[in-house]
Amino acid sequence: MSALAPYLAVFAGRFQLVLQYRAAAAAGFATQLWFGVIRVLIFAAFYAGAARAPMSLGNAITYTWLSQAFLTFLPWGADPDVAAMVRTGAVAYERVRPVDTYAWWYARALAWSAARVAPRAAMLVVFAGVVLPLVGLGAWGLSPPATPMAAALFAVSALGMALLSASVTLMINTIVVATMTDRGANVLTQSFVNLLSGLILPFAFFPDAARPWLRAQPLAGLVDLPFSIYFGAISGWGAAGAIALQFGWTAALILAGRAWLGAAMKRLQVQGG
Amino acid sequence: MLNALALYRRYAAASIRAQLAYPTSLAMMTAGAFFVTIIEFVGVWALFRRFGHIAGWTFGQVALFYGLVSITFAIADAIPRGFDIFGDVFVKTGDFDRLLLRPRDPALQLAGYELRLTRIGRLAQGVLVFSIGASLAGVGWTPYALPVLAFAVAGGVALFCGLFVLQATLAFWTVESLEVANVLTYGGEAAAEYPLDVYARWFRDVLLFGVPIGCVSYLPMLAAMGRTDPLGTPAWLGPLAPAAGFAFLGAALLVWRFGVRHYTSTGS
Repeated sequence: MSALAPYLAVFAGRFQLVLQYRAAAAAGFATQLWFGVIRVLIFAAFYAGAARAPMSLGNAITYTWLSQAFLTFLPWGADPDVAAMVRTGAVAYERVRPVDTYAWWYARALAWSAARVAPRAAMLVVFAGVVLPLVGLGAWGLSPPATPMAAALFAVSALGMALLSASVTLMINTIVVATMTDRGANVLTQSFVNLLSGLILPFAFFPDAARPWLRAQPLAGLVDLPFSIYFGAISGWGAAGAIALQFGWTAALILAGRAWLGAAMKRLQVQGG
Repeated sequence: MLNALALYRRYAAASIRAQLAYPTSLAMMTAGAFFVTIIEFVGVWALFRRFGHIAGWTFGQVALFYGLVSITFAIADAIPRGFDIFGDVFVKTGDFDRLLLRPRDPALQLAGYELRLTRIGRLAQGVLVFSIGASLAGVGWTPYALPVLAFAVAGGVALFCGLFVLQATLAFWTVESLEVANVLTYGGEAAAEYPLDVYARWFRDVLLFGVPIGCVSYLPMLAAMGRTDPLGTPAWLGPLAPAAGFAFLGAALLVWRFGVRHYTSTGS
């Protein structure tokens, strides 16, 4: 336990720190609400003229609200503190800490995304899942999980989402350390993450031939897989397989990322004076 | 006035030179802006592949609306950068005091703060999407389509600039830049990517009469296509509607003046 203590401490410290940014959380809620409304209305208009669709409108709406609620889990770039350390040269201090740099940064990244998700998700779930049904707009709101089993599997998958997200962030951190700038890594990851996670569109809407490939790649575990489990589009053994895939990719990314970060830190050149 | 224009040109030239000093970074950021926005459009294509049409509009037609507002927003996002970051960079630090000391309009100095070349990436996406739309939609353009669309882009740039000015004005009271304003700028752009008649009535009214984004995208595009509004807006209004964008910018600048008069420095 004492070996874990520093990592738990950095997690708790960063979590509490990021949670303090209440105005940012409120702004995030308002923005995600607005984008959620646009997407829901667009889906409704498409469905109005459709004979058949790959998922029900209710599920598409639930998918939309969930993806807006958990939006800040998406690893759009490097940990901003790590990027700043690389810019200023303070990253050298990370080498003298008596901790595993990868685990240390992993705990920071996890706390950062979790603390940003928590207030936004809480507000959005209350709005779309409670307020909308109460005012009689339940058809436009977030539905509860398909079954108690789906709820339990989603809980596990949501944890997988957080762990996977942090492992991708660490990959981007490593690119930043290796290239000494956060610009290149940040601009290119966002477009990949948006498309391959299923944020832009659920995989069910993509061409049938592409779907198995989309579901099998690592970023699917950030949006499409967990939400499909939530409303029961993936259930039973399929859900177990999806969760195994999620955790499997996370483990692979952690192993590869840790080895790569170790190599990059060995070759570290500190800039500035 | 002429002097102001010459000064703005010098600001812009200085900003462009500064950005060109890091060509690799500029190229990557520009490419990134292109990819992020073109991938959004891939999602639109996939939806049409499944559904065929939205409220009677085809993929090519929607691409025209999408491309128009994307071009407009790319330009608007490049110019008023000084207003966008005003709270954090000028109010919080007290740097606005320095702008007030100079014998030129502070609004002009902020407008000249940076001309963001990376927005060319988004502009390229808009032009590409519009071209795809123009080749697929088979629109019988009206003879005055080009001036109407040019007026729409100009009015739209004015409207979005007005929103950035209002966002900056709020910072006089809140001290920080308010991210909530993104709802109207980025969110307004996103809403206007589709023709407004696909939306529910209340949302449409917000976009026509609240923040008049529909007046610089939906209405002039209908006029350029020679179509009548299924919602019943009179046809003569379409070509003139972008004027609402300039009116909005004018009103925003009046509010800005009011804010400047109430500015108290943070004193650091």
